[in-house]
Amino acid sequence: MKQFYNFVIKEFIHIMRDRRTLFILIGMPVVQILIFGFALTNEVKNSGFAVIDLSHDERSAQLIDELDASRYFEIRGKFQSVESLEQSFRKGQVKIGIVIPSNFGKDMERPGGASLQFIADASDPNVANTLINYANAVVLDFENNINGEKKIPYTIQTETRMLYNPQLKGAYNFVPGVMAMVLLLVCTMMTALTVVREKELGTLEVMLVSPLKPLKIIIAKAVPYLLLSMLNIASILLLSVFVLDVPINGSLTLLVGEGILFILVALSLGLLISSSTASQQSAMFISLIGMFLPTVMLSGFMFPIENMPLPMQVVSNAVPAKWFYIIVRSVMIKGVGLKHVWKETLILSGMLIFFMAMAIKKFKVRLA
Amino acid sequence: MQDRAITAEKLTKKFGDFTAVDQISFEVSKGEIFGFLGANGAGKTTAMRMFCGLSLPTSGVATVGGFDVYSENEKIKNSIGYMSQRFSLYDDLSVIENIRFYAGIYGMSSKAIRVKAEHILKGLELEAEKNMLVGSLPLGWKQKLAFSVAIFHEPRIVFLDEPTGGVDPITRREFWQLIYEAAGEGITVFVTTHYMDEAEYCNRVSIMVDGRIEALDTPTGMKKHMGVGSMNEVFLQLARKATRTEN
Amino acid sequence: MSKLGVILSKEFRQIIRNPAIIRLIFIMPVIQLLVLPNAADYEIKNINLQVTDHDHSALSRRLIDNISATGYFKVIGYGSDRNQAMVAIEKDKADLILEIPHNFERDLIREESARLMLAVNAINGVKASLGGAYLNNLLRQFNGDIRTEWLQPDRLQKPFSITTTFTNWFNPGMNYKYFMVPGILVLLLTMVGMNLTAINIVREKEIGTIEQINVSPIKKHHFILGKLIPFWVLGLVVLTIGFLIARLVYGIVPLGAYWTIYVFAAVYLLVILGMGLLVSTFSATQQQAMLVSFFIMMIFILMGGLYTSIDSMPEWAKWITRINPVTYFIEVMRRVVLKGANLGDVTKELSIILGYALLVNGLAILSYRKRS
Repeated sequence: MKQFYNFVIKEFIHIMRDRRTLFILIGMPVVQILIFGFALTNEVKNSGFAVIDLSHDERSAQLIDELDASRYFEIRGKFQSVESLEQSFRKGQVKIGIVIPSNFGKDMERPGGASLQFIADASDPNVANTLINYANAVVLDFENNINGEKKIPYTIQTETRMLYNPQLKGAYNFVPGVMAMVLLLVCTMMTALTVVREKELGTLEVMLVSPLKPLKIIIAKAVPYLLLSMLNIASILLLSVFVLDVPINGSLTLLVGEGILFILVALSLGLLISSSTASQQSAMFISLIGMFLPTVMLSGFMFPIENMPLPMQVVSNAVPAKWFYIIVRSVMIKGVGLKHVWKETLILSGMLIFFMAMAIKKFKVRLA
Repeated sequence: MQDRAITAEKLTKKFGDFTAVDQISFEVSKGEIFGFLGANGAGKTTAMRMFCGLSLPTSGVATVGGFDVYSENEKIKNSIGYMSQRFSLYDDLSVIENIRFYAGIYGMSSKAIRVKAEHILKGLELEAEKNMLVGSLPLGWKQKLAFSVAIFHEPRIVFLDEPTGGVDPITRREFWQLIYEAAGEGITVFVTTHYMDEAEYCNRVSIMVDGRIEALDTPTGMKKHMGVGSMNEVFLQLARKATRTEN
Repeated sequence: MSKLGVILSKEFRQIIRNPAIIRLIFIMPVIQLLVLPNAADYEIKNINLQVTDHDHSALSRRLIDNISATGYFKVIGYGSDRNQAMVAIEKDKADLILEIPHNFERDLIREESARLMLAVNAINGVKASLGGAYLNNLLRQFNGDIRTEWLQPDRLQKPFSITTTFTNWFNPGMNYKYFMVPGILVLLLTMVGMNLTAINIVREKEIGTIEQINVSPIKKHHFILGKLIPFWVLGLVVLTIGFLIARLVYGIVPLGAYWTIYVFAAVYLLVILGMGLLVSTFSATQQQAMLVSFFIMMIFILMGGLYTSIDSMPEWAKWITRINPVTYFIEVMRRVVLKGANLGDVTKELSIILGYALLVNGLAILSYRKRS
């Protein structure tokens, strides 16, 4: 035990010496949480719009004012022709244009009514869709205001409740995702790289001839990263609760327990990668292409899995982060207990056993 | 100044509080083989790096080939060759590609390179291996090749930092034959080594202990002065005084 | 051969002999372009809807039929148990619950107004807001249909009325892939370029060959250029592979000219490669260089407007996007590919990136020291 302890201490010294790496490993989750929490929103607001007002009457001016006053739109240009509107789209200045035909105000009072045209920059279909919905709502309000409070018969009123995340904060979605991403980076990539680095430098051999069992040496290399990731979990949770106001609705113990389970899965993956590669460069590319990209893409935290083609949905089941993401989301935000996530927990445990067994087997083969 | 290849006057290098090289002064004549000895951590490599323009001195004066190490750094580089203890050829380039690369960055013409490369490869008996990757050569061959590459552009002075580390005695002897040939052509050789038998091959040697030069003489003079029979004993006596621990 | 030529031929040879780099150059574009656009699909379809119907009337059934006929919504459950619906949400089976209260049809006929309840699983904000908005629009339309059916024509007299039409430009099919693929091309170029250069010089440091170069009379800018140019060429190769895949797999052909993009990419690559070089001059080990470049790239890519709209960001974040080269390239790429912008339309961005390139590479040359 004493020898094992010595190895752990040595690994710690390595990590503490390299201040820059340490700083990034600790700072990365903080920066990510802040970016996701404050900078990235799925909301669409302050989008630039342009006007081609051929009417120039009181009504058109009123409508433009109302659009500009809404939080979704911000006027960025007035044009005379569709050509100059197109030019403005191409320069990326506006996202939607409104064409008000001549005699707009007068036409409104005529039996057929007035017409309006919105031209959306649909290069981003979602933003275009959302903006069209908003624009439609503004125009409807405008129309209703002019018509006065006249009651319209047969009205269905819809009452919408946003469950779990009433303010539609992106953070609710991202916090669990960031957690999975950071843990994977620290545990899988860093462990794989340190072990392979010792291989490259030849120091691994020196340790392997020591009386300590090879398996223990490898575990000793992983322990500091385990602790570092616990620190990361703590900082992510603290930031979420106190800075982002994302509550922990479920049991904290369960959450931390699941976190440790995921860390162990990530560590065993790192060991598996390191036992099957010879150079830092290839270890890095394998962790980047084989681990990191799938985690970002297929865990469901950035992109909805149910929208993907079937083969990718199938592949996503093999991504540990997907299951961890479901667990964290359920426990942290929905506040459910182990009863609801036992299946996911079981899958992660199975993965842990599988990767660990593979890694040990590979090591033994190499050493024999 | 004309006949001095290297001069140092109270040359010092500090890293924070730590004085790696402490006011060393000496001169090396043209065409001389100068042995620069010392235990690990004594400051040999740091001193050598200052002469090569890889490290800026903290204080003191030094010239290499008549050029000042502070201000004429880049001029020095044109007149020296360097081979470090860490291996300096590219494993993933072939023998001839390494030669072409290093000679090329010294501005030699393709024609001159071709003619000289043929000559050198013949001397090293590496003609058949000229298109092999350096990574696949045995260490001893790599080392001899690295030396030939270091003096390929015909520098006036060549700095060798533990050039024979890890090779067998036969290869070491062959390596020293190359050094003698170079010296015969008028190249000044400045060499650090851990092998005391190699120290005997030098015209003059200096021994560094804890960043200072403790002794400087011909090998014969040094042995006579200390009253011992071999350079090994000279070294052990002086190195025993060291207080610095090896790192 | 000139000194620069000597360095270049050495760098190219080393790249060609390094299987890891060759793999990266060919596998990265393929994986990213085949997988990412399919994964990053925010098109609203397959929204899972759970219906809790307490009314069981002809009208409620008609409403549900109407909703499922659009193709956007999949009715995954129908019942009259509220708890059952909540469980479906908790288990992530349902995204939306539509609750139709008792007497929905009767209220609408007798009292001329009725209520519907919509509950949205809002953890995923995008899906929630878009799905909710879609369903609301649908209900409004349904409402309008019912009204015109039931009303005698003269009762609905709006003195003022407006008819609104909508036109989608640049991407009339509303294909989300057209939007993502150009952005992903930028991502690709950034990741490949920065990673490779960041590791390159550090690797020579770790092996020790850099000393041999530092004692030679080679000029700093020759050395830096010798490192930059090969990766610059590689970057353009990767871009070309990317465009080939975009064309063959997704049928995406830029509306603008290819050469506009290549001109911009050529300058942009200088910025990215210069940053990689800066990172490598400040790092001692490959691990460090990789982590630092990864960190910078992560911030750049997240803040580059690939997934989220920059207009919606707070002021401080907008500042970061203004110093973020990725933002400019994604913007330019989308404009040229989707909107057919020409070089004249992107001069502002081009000059900013050019200034950036000069700054970063100037810094890289200044901070690369042959002597410590």
